[in-house]
Amino acid sequence: MPNKREVAIISAAATKCGEHWDKGIKDLAWEAGVKAVDEAGISGKDIEYLVVGNMSGGMFVGQEHIGALVADFLGLNPIPSLRVEAACASGGIAFSQGCLAVASGLYDIVAVGGVEKMTDVEPEQATSVLSGAMDFEWEAYFGATFPGLYALMAKRYMYEYNVKIETLANVAVKNHFHGSLNPLAHFRNRITVEEALISPMVADPLRKYDCSPVSDGAAVAILAPLEIAKKYTDTPIIVKASVPASDTLSLLKRRDICTIDATVYAANKAFQLAHMERKDIDAVEVHDCFTIAELLAIEDLGFCKKGEASKMVNEGQTYVGGKFPVNMDGGLKASGHPVGATGVKQIAELVKQLRGEAERGRQVNGAEVGLAHNVGGSGGTAVVTILSR
Amino acid sequence: MSTTAAHWRRMKDRYRLLGSKCETCGTTFFPATKVCSKCRRKGKTVPIEFSGKGRIFSYTIQHAAPRMFEQHTPSIIALVELDEGPKVLSQIVDCEHNELRIGMEVEACFRKLFEQDRGGIISYGFKFRPLDNSWTKYYEAKKE
Repeated sequence: MPNKREVAIISAAATKCGEHWDKGIKDLAWEAGVKAVDEAGISGKDIEYLVVGNMSGGMFVGQEHIGALVADFLGLNPIPSLRVEAACASGGIAFSQGCLAVASGLYDIVAVGGVEKMTDVEPEQATSVLSGAMDFEWEAYFGATFPGLYALMAKRYMYEYNVKIETLANVAVKNHFHGSLNPLAHFRNRITVEEALISPMVADPLRKYDCSPVSDGAAVAILAPLEIAKKYTDTPIIVKASVPASDTLSLLKRRDICTIDATVYAANKAFQLAHMERKDIDAVEVHDCFTIAELLAIEDLGFCKKGEASKMVNEGQTYVGGKFPVNMDGGLKASGHPVGATGVKQIAELVKQLRGEAERGRQVNGAEVGLAHNVGGSGGTAVVTILSR
Repeated sequence: MSTTAAHWRRMKDRYRLLGSKCETCGTTFFPATKVCSKCRRKGKTVPIEFSGKGRIFSYTIQHAAPRMFEQHTPSIIALVELDEGPKVLSQIVDCEHNELRIGMEVEACFRKLFEQDRGGIISYGFKFRPLDNSWTKYYEAKKE
């Protein structure tokens, strides 16, 4: 970032994702926050500013005012705190806002969090809350659900690019395999293509194993200017770029429902700011809220041409150990999708990968540069972040 | 979920499929916009009522419903590309699931969308049905 301070991550940590019946929103935020602060070797008193991503505390648990709430429970009062919201990209947006705060020179040590408590409501209610991320008057009002919107994208994509249903299943199988190696993952079970193809239909052509789960979870990252970060860690992770972009909230107004233009824009801008090319990226965390979204992401981020992601997936290139590892933590599909926390959880995973600290079998050997991609709604928001060792 | 006013203010658009058209460049919009996104300040948008005819651009059969749509489940949700250009999201009715296909010709019809809890506001609006009159056969088949 020209004329601005270079931003680095001192530490990042996430809770395990899952159905945490015994933990509320405060407990989750506290757990991730304490892990990150301990790992950073800083004191809570060193933190000067807090940004928290949260999609819908109000509708999931009746709790708003999440910024001050988390500051309070992490013992950070009286520092400034705020909550940011961009649906499922709330975490990604929070991270980019935290980077701006450090880059601007106003704050040195900044904590970025993401938290969501989703399992205190019935599944139908969770579906309705998530519907708030689409155009309420023209999509949700007519009965569409999120699986429904992504199914519309999938159906058209498979029609235009002649993609087979097995490709979607292969994405789920790979993500469950990676998830089985990740102790923080919501699902640790491995599945087969056959199991994926006979799992219950949710929204044709998407079945149960095409959908990410409703998860509770939190993640926190501690940021600082690079020079200060070096005092705390020998392996600061540099934020080369963190770029959000917007597009039409509703799918019906999209230029092309098989492309998430916000991802295309954010990716191009991020690579330009980072002075990097696609081939420089060693490991990628993409927003696979549904299996179709992983295919779209690989293409829209510019790693292959439109319609060619299925080839990479079907050849096994997206496994750890393959040519182009994607979602080493199991992705949203297996590692879980606590919506407001997901964007920060992806950052925590990349930090682990770039420091070579991921568990055996899912560590990308010698990973030096990673990319995280977080999407809100059906593509109304996308955030692309490039990190380097 | 929402108040009477929230239903009332969108009634015209949902009952008559109203959108807007830019008189400068001819682009049509749904839902109606106040400003043409292409011409911006130079554009002039006026209301337009769509013919209601179009084709299925993409579709899905939803097996899990949000609240208040339980009685319509499974439901067919589609993006319909109107003959005038814009796309709308709506349900397809009076159609067997195995007859659905991308490109299928459909027309708008007026239906109940949902009932807000028991005895609450009933919301109406457009849904779409096959244009080739196969929906009359659909009804006859249901009668037998």
